Amino acid sequence: MMHIPLWKRVLILGVVAIGLIWASPNLFYSRVEAHNDALAASEKAGFVTPEQQAAIDAWPSWMPNGLVNLGLDLRGGAHLLAEVHTDDVYKARMDSLWPEMRRALADQRDVVGAVRRVASPEDELHIEIENPDQMAAAVQIARDMAVPVVTLTGAGQSDLVVSASGNVMTVALSDAEKTAADDRTIQQSLEIVRRRVDEVGTREPTIQRQGADRILIQVPGIGSAAELKELIGTTAKLTFNPVVGRTTDANARPGVGNVLLPSQDEQGVYYILENTPVVTGEELTNAQPAFDQNSQPAVNFNFNPSGARKFGAYTAANIGQPFAIVLDNEVISAPVIRDAITTGSGQISGSMDVAGSTQLAVLLRAGALPAELTFLEERTIGPELGQDSIDAGKLGSIIAIFGVVAYIVASYGTFGIFASAAVIVNVILLLAVMSAIGATLTLPGIAGIVLTVGTAVDANVIIYERIREELRKGKRVANVIDTGFQEAMSAIIDANVTTFIAGLVMFFIGSGPVKGFAVTLTIGLVTSVFTAIYLTRLLIVLWYERRKPKQLVL
Amino acid sequence: MAFRLKLVPDETKINFFRWQYVTFGISAVAMALSVVLLLTMGLNFGIDFKGGTTIRTESSTAFEVGDYREALQGLGLEDVSITEVFDPTFGDEKHVAQVRIGATEGTEAMTPEQIGAVEAALKEVDPNVTFAAVESVGPKVSAELIKTAVYAVLAASAGILFYIWLRFEWQFAIGGVVAIVHDVLITMGIFSLFQLRFDLSTIAALLTILGYSINDTVVVFDRLRENLMKFKSMPLVDVMNLTVNETLSRTIMTAVTTAIALTALLVFGGDVIRGFVFAMLLGVFVGCYSTIYVAKNIVLWLGVKRDWSKPDPEALPEKFTEAP
Repeated sequence: MMHIPLWKRVLILGVVAIGLIWASPNLFYSRVEAHNDALAASEKAGFVTPEQQAAIDAWPSWMPNGLVNLGLDLRGGAHLLAEVHTDDVYKARMDSLWPEMRRALADQRDVVGAVRRVASPEDELHIEIENPDQMAAAVQIARDMAVPVVTLTGAGQSDLVVSASGNVMTVALSDAEKTAADDRTIQQSLEIVRRRVDEVGTREPTIQRQGADRILIQVPGIGSAAELKELIGTTAKLTFNPVVGRTTDANARPGVGNVLLPSQDEQGVYYILENTPVVTGEELTNAQPAFDQNSQPAVNFNFNPSGARKFGAYTAANIGQPFAIVLDNEVISAPVIRDAITTGSGQISGSMDVAGSTQLAVLLRAGALPAELTFLEERTIGPELGQDSIDAGKLGSIIAIFGVVAYIVASYGTFGIFASAAVIVNVILLLAVMSAIGATLTLPGIAGIVLTVGTAVDANVIIYERIREELRKGKRVANVIDTGFQEAMSAIIDANVTTFIAGLVMFFIGSGPVKGFAVTLTIGLVTSVFTAIYLTRLLIVLWYERRKPKQLVL
Repeated sequence: MAFRLKLVPDETKINFFRWQYVTFGISAVAMALSVVLLLTMGLNFGIDFKGGTTIRTESSTAFEVGDYREALQGLGLEDVSITEVFDPTFGDEKHVAQVRIGATEGTEAMTPEQIGAVEAALKEVDPNVTFAAVESVGPKVSAELIKTAVYAVLAASAGILFYIWLRFEWQFAIGGVVAIVHDVLITMGIFSLFQLRFDLSTIAALLTILGYSINDTVVVFDRLRENLMKFKSMPLVDVMNLTVNETLSRTIMTAVTTAIALTALLVFGGDVIRGFVFAMLLGVFVGCYSTIYVAKNIVLWLGVKRDWSKPDPEALPEKFTEAP
């Protein structure tokens, strides 16, 4: 049928027009980007500076402002893949469980006798009981402390596994609780990494979980991966521990329940501390860079009410005793308590410069990472290299389009012009869809666009070759065009579905460059089917209605 | 009559099966050679798959690779290789080198101190040098990347196999997949022969070749199915010849447009993606060849059911037997 109803014509041209409008911001990339940045900044701040207003006015607000995100390889920036040591949390759980467990067992002292913690693997708690014949009672006390795991899969299971052998009771986390704890650790780490990166305030960082225990961090515009690593690689775990003793022997045995940690600024000095902290950095509400009474850089902090209460009670009970401020397993300082500190505020001073105190304050505010991170993969792309790649990609794409258009027009004449128009509209639609869904364009993605230019013509070639064949049979022009389109359909669908399968697989299994390429390839495939079948057909029908050719040369 | 550029005449009557044993033999030999090359010479894996660090340096003054190498000696680095990168788009003011450092045993990514030491050593011999890109991949990740890459190729092949089997018949699916294996294997063989760098983006290129090749093949299959229903009594080999001749113009046309687009990118797209584009361009030619000379030969040898309502063994050449 050489007749296309009016609504269909309007729809096809409408899609093309919408595509043009959605793609247009990319032509004015820096202007629209400034507009978007100013808009976001002023919304966050609650007021608009004159510069921001100028940037906002530079792009009409009624126009769409979605842009194709540029990937790190085009914009420059840093990429890190970090692995979270989820096991760290098990140890912390066991350490914090011990005081509670000791208290509960102490209440039943006349039954179970004296208890003490003995050496054990880090993710277990081994408790020696004086009266082994009362082990069942001890185990019951420990089991009573367990709580059910709150997850869908682990429902009904308790968080602790308690077993006994001889006079030693072993407490460990159950598998269900470990799974749940791992998940919480990753979520927490994600949140803290996000907060730290946000504090530095760069544009659109990507921070996402990957697999079971990994975090992918991509920050455009940052100088190097090393810089980023410094910011997010520090655990920033702050604790306040009671001091047991001080030594210069690095191999001193701290005893069960204690830990030996080096001093940060005194070379060769070690502190023996109680493993269980009085208060931790999690109970801080605020931290700012400041100066101490000797005008040395320091960090002021405030505890939340529960932290302030614990700290107040401890200092009141231990006047004259030292306590240690520990950051990432190093003793920053170990002052002696002179008075009960009930105000809930304090100061950390030590050997640090102003930049160091500022960074420490940022890290304390953002919170400590619940577990250590190691970096498995890191990439830094300089902004100049990114710009070079954009320029080269642009030039390559433009020449590719010209080459293809010239060849198609030389091969098919007027119909070649229609196919060329379809190819160009296809690239515009591809950019429009990518802008609308906020997809990321990478360097392999540019190659994907160029490949799409090459293959998008394929559907038209299949149709045109079919029309040529029909022409040779000497049929009427309208009939010929119609049959050409109809007969070509199944080949076009089959050919595109198979490529689409390959594209989907790349998108879901692939990572990095493979994914970036898959995005443009699959979107381009969908848009090319639209332009090749609907748009070219409409153009040909419009041409036919005007010219009413008796003869067709193709 | 208006001028039309035609690489293929309107109606061709080429007998594509005339040399079928020669052409198929060439394919078989090329595939066997590729396997031998892959087993003996192996692939020149990039850091994505091998782990390690690459540093791209840019300098406004010319440098000697030897000077760089000397500068990095004594830093205790393993397996250092330095190559100068040439590109027509670089002016006189741009001299680019790619420094590759092997992964050190037992560590994940390189430490910032190590990278800092390398950068300082290079700055010493060439004060104008800047570091355009620094990438480091740990052995743990690279091992996983190999695994996912293999899965990706297998999953894509399986998906395509299943779709063709659904839309056509199993003989077609096998023919299509043999063609894919042929193309991917030969492309990898060429990468091995010239020791071109094989990294993640090469996998993307291989998957594209896979998609392109099957796309090309499916268009021919589609016409073959149509002709099989139209010419029920014509010998299978003749139907196939007719089909390939009918679709030849399209096969060449699409290969040429794709090649034009990719060549533009190969020449002007910069050195960063040159390897990627080269792999795809190679794949277009191999894919085009396999469409004409590999996929349908397999179908011919496996035989197809001619009439879909009743078996028609007479329609097959004598030497071929009907598949079960």
